[in-house]
Amino acid sequence: MNLLEIKDISKIYGSVAALQNVSLSVEQGEWLAIMGPSGSGKSTMMNIIGCMDKPTGGSVFLDGVDISKESAKNLTIMRRDKIGLIFQQFHLINYLTALENVMVAQYYHSLPDEKEALAALERVGLKDRAKHLPSQLSGGEQQRVCIARALINYPMLILADEPTGNLDETNEKIVLDILTQLHKEGSTIIVVTHDPEVADEAQRTVVLEHGRVARIVKGNNVKGADI
Amino acid sequence: MITGSLLRRRSRMFVALLAVAVGATILSGLVTIYYDIPRQMGKEFRAYGANLIFVPSQNGSTISRIAVENASALIHGNMLGITPYRYESGKINEQPFMAAGTDMEGVKKTSPYWFVTGEWPTDDKSVLIGQKVADLIRLSTGSVFTFSGTDSAGTTFNRDYTVSGIVQTGGSEEEFIFMSIDELDNAMGTSNEIDVVECSVSAGEAELQNSADQINESVDGITARIVRRVAESEGTVLTKLQALVYLVTVVVLLLTMICVATTMMAVVIERRREIGLKKALGASNKSIIADFLGEGIFLGGCGGLLGSALGFAFAQAVSMNVFGRSISIQPLLIPITFVVSVAVTGIACMIPVKNAADVDPAIVLRGE
Repeated sequence: MNLLEIKDISKIYGSVAALQNVSLSVEQGEWLAIMGPSGSGKSTMMNIIGCMDKPTGGSVFLDGVDISKESAKNLTIMRRDKIGLIFQQFHLINYLTALENVMVAQYYHSLPDEKEALAALERVGLKDRAKHLPSQLSGGEQQRVCIARALINYPMLILADEPTGNLDETNEKIVLDILTQLHKEGSTIIVVTHDPEVADEAQRTVVLEHGRVARIVKGNNVKGADI
Repeated sequence: MITGSLLRRRSRMFVALLAVAVGATILSGLVTIYYDIPRQMGKEFRAYGANLIFVPSQNGSTISRIAVENASALIHGNMLGITPYRYESGKINEQPFMAAGTDMEGVKKTSPYWFVTGEWPTDDKSVLIGQKVADLIRLSTGSVFTFSGTDSAGTTFNRDYTVSGIVQTGGSEEEFIFMSIDELDNAMGTSNEIDVVECSVSAGEAELQNSADQINESVDGITARIVRRVAESEGTVLTKLQALVYLVTVVVLLLTMICVATTMMAVVIERRREIGLKKALGASNKSIIADFLGEGIFLGGCGGLLGSALGFAFAQAVSMNVFGRSISIQPLLIPITFVVSVAVTGIACMIPVKNAADVDPAIVLRGE
């Protein structure tokens, strides 16, 4: 069953077409990578899938709902209930502890639950750093807090934008291991990345060029492919 | 979580709180002064003499003491002093003069502008004489003179008095001899007769007029009149002074609003990414508005309470320096300052909060 169904979407900014006639589907439990050079439309695609933007043409069905037609208010609800976001820059709130950063997502979703937030941090191996501020955490640790925050409300879709883009090799591996574990547990993951090694972890990689789907690479053949 | 987040941003919160507290302090202080000005200035104006007088009504030649008591009971406001005067003519060294019987302690309160060289009389045989009288018959303090006249029974009297002090006022008082009213009654063989009563009342012109009207309606034998010259100038100065304080209060309120709005705008700009993140995590516009407005109102409330306390201290300092007197606290000002501070902060937050709600998460969270 397809969790995400993108049908012939376009996104035009003035005279610039960021996306042109892109169609794509993602099954429940699938791990998809989106690759492409700068300006290829990755971020636009990510924003549309993440309910933060709407296409100028075409349809996007997320869990059966056409999010291209929904109001801003309903998109906020979709984002809150169905999507877990992981950012390249982590985007942690600097005056809140790791635990509180995770609880923020609970606060806007339902009710903050400290035990559950601690469990999410434990899942990413940061239970002992719960009371630390972001400034007291390494980049890898901050990204793991970001992952814990994305997971806390049990989203249908984990949307990661360059999740290892700001990390060293060791932390990149830790983060990829966590994503792999999540995928094994049945999570649907879409990762936007420049890194072929990250894309290799995905079951499928969609390569965007000039706002169009240039090709789709299956399995861990991205490193070998000419992208 | 909320307390922790406020404490960890204490420097920014402190700046915003300071802006509100300073505004609330000045607001509360100025309003305290605004309401206390009539009392404070009233006391200042009382130095210029009586503002209400009682004279005999048309069908009587004098006022009885009981009528004075009844009339003074009807006066609204704070009675600072009441002084009866009884006038009789007599002679010193065959030269005619007017003697005024009065209550010396009352005179000190109703006519604090009298300048007395020497001492105020302490017994019935001591008198004050006006400067012109002293010049005319060459009397000085300690001089003894004989005052002669004809009493109510037509008998001539001669009484010796000692000059305890000489009065200078720059007015008609300098032509009188002032003695105790009982002594004059004894000399004249009369009692219970008063020609005029001067009252010094700490009250506004309207309040005085109201008192006068009530006395004229209810007390026989007395006509109460406002001393327009004093009451009107007092009213004019008070109105102008209150208008000035009111204007300054409004300006301070506006400045506070601008200051809070600027601070909150800086907070919103500084926290654009955080707002974008919260929206990305599913925060509705209502939640973002509630977060920022709640923070603003919390600051407004704290600043308001702090300002009420500091405002009283500010008003007290102003009052002590300007009027040389302590100010009376207005308990109602505490909730009023609190509510006004919350309202002003709430209004000041409107534009920043709108900006916060307009943040587009897709733009502010864009990856580099």
